[in-house]
Amino acid sequence: MADLKVNIGALSLKNPVMTASGTFGYGEEFADFIDLSRLGGVIVKGTTLHHREGNPYPRMAETPAGMLNAVGLQNKGVDYFIEHIYPRIKDIDTHFLVNVSGASVEDYVATAEKIAALNRIPAIELNISCPNVKEGGMAFGTSCKSAAAVVRAVREAYPKTLIVKLSPNVTDITEIARAVEAEGADAVSLINTLLGMAIDAQRRRPVLSTVTGGLSGACVKPIALRMVWQTYHAVKIPIVGLGGIMNATDAIEFLLAGASAIEVGTANFIDPQISEKIVSGIDEYLDKNHISSVKELIGGLII
Amino acid sequence: MKKYVLDFRITENVKLHDNYALLKLTPADGQPLPEMLPGQFVEVRVDRSPSTFLRRPISINFVDYTQNELWLLIRIAGEGTRTLCGMQAGEILNLVLPLGSTFTLPENPTEKLLLVGGGVGIAPMLYWGKYLKEKGYTPHFLLGFRSDKDLLQYDQFCQLGEVSISTEDGSRGEKGFVTQHSILEQHFDRLYVCGPKPMMVAVARYAREHGLFCEVSLENTMACGVGACLCCVEDTVEGHVCVCKEGPIFNIEKLKWQI
Repeated sequence: MADLKVNIGALSLKNPVMTASGTFGYGEEFADFIDLSRLGGVIVKGTTLHHREGNPYPRMAETPAGMLNAVGLQNKGVDYFIEHIYPRIKDIDTHFLVNVSGASVEDYVATAEKIAALNRIPAIELNISCPNVKEGGMAFGTSCKSAAAVVRAVREAYPKTLIVKLSPNVTDITEIARAVEAEGADAVSLINTLLGMAIDAQRRRPVLSTVTGGLSGACVKPIALRMVWQTYHAVKIPIVGLGGIMNATDAIEFLLAGASAIEVGTANFIDPQISEKIVSGIDEYLDKNHISSVKELIGGLII
Repeated sequence: MKKYVLDFRITENVKLHDNYALLKLTPADGQPLPEMLPGQFVEVRVDRSPSTFLRRPISINFVDYTQNELWLLIRIAGEGTRTLCGMQAGEILNLVLPLGSTFTLPENPTEKLLLVGGGVGIAPMLYWGKYLKEKGYTPHFLLGFRSDKDLLQYDQFCQLGEVSISTEDGSRGEKGFVTQHSILEQHFDRLYVCGPKPMMVAVARYAREHGLFCEVSLENTMACGVGACLCCVEDTVEGHVCVCKEGPIFNIEKLKWQI
């Protein structure tokens, strides 16, 4: 059995496999299917300062090898999370990270401060990359200046591990990564969904209520891998890689490209047990190749 | 209610019409079926359709615990369901089940119950009718189809209670929509409805006008099936809720339909 432990800044994970925000609820939804304690971490649904109803239905369109979503950060707000959800999940033996989003810098800061007070939440993933909200979200993550401003403000208010989730909908993701690194981010996670669109030709109308939405699933993997690899060569902080990871081999590819940990997202919808299978699959790969620690894979791409 | 990811073997594929198949399934490992309730659904993985990425949510049509069989009635709506309908006996299907909510059992077995199904929407009514009958209730079925040749599972329904039929062209039963059927001149206490949305809205309107209890089964486009992705939401008096988790069965008083 190889050593599966990895580090994201000060945060130590028992293995590199986490579940991506918005694809795994609060973990509880999958407790019938897997042993949550076998995961490196669970990143819970995007949380905002206030309750959000999200976008109108329809919010989803299937695509070849993927799907578009336009959920729009539906959640009951950070206070509801603290009062009702946190007590239910805090004793599960894995790391729960909270994905934090907001419509203004002040919102991000206020939400992060509230989460900082929770003993069992060791890190947040700052979502500056949601493509499905009118205000905030991706607007912060598509310019170096605004990304830096929000990370600077949250960094001052949040002492634990700060992971910043980046948008692929930019000209050069490495510039944004460098900008948030300079403001004290402990890590970056990438990629959030790619902005896409679906049309119903019969009705001559968009499929999604918001016209555009975020593309995820197997189809985005090559883009995500490329961006992780580029970012790995641009920053010194650890990278959490995600985007189209459907199995253990995909996960290993992200580690080789430079990710210190990975997130499994849309694949949870097709196989609710896939996250645990990926943990086992990485372990088997290491044993088979006589590699003693998964850390040896990180950035281990041979060119 | 515990949920499972299980492989099932197809014991029989009954071609009902060009556009429908009835798949009879049994757990591939020979274990007994898990407990499932009427109105609930399963998410079926579609393995051999390159254009199908997500699982397909399919109503539980019937559960036969003595034969250890689960029935899925599937209408061909696209490539995913076409692939499923083309599968053969002996092949394996991977299911996540049971998912979602069930119908509300009436307090009093003497209540008059009308189970209304339209097209493939008759699917959950067969198991619900069987369940009601076993509990001592007397379900009455009102089933609507385009025409005589589209009739589904008529004989099975007849074994569970009285059956009234509406066809749009009048080739079987009464001509017109289910809401025009003369059976509605009788008194019913509760209506349970599954079918195309315009049909459900029409029945809900009838229920509202007559002050009747009415539950409908929704089929919003969904991804995860377990309340995680929040894609399949319905707008309700409690805000956006997941059809896959809080539904698919909803009391019409909870919905924000224009009725």
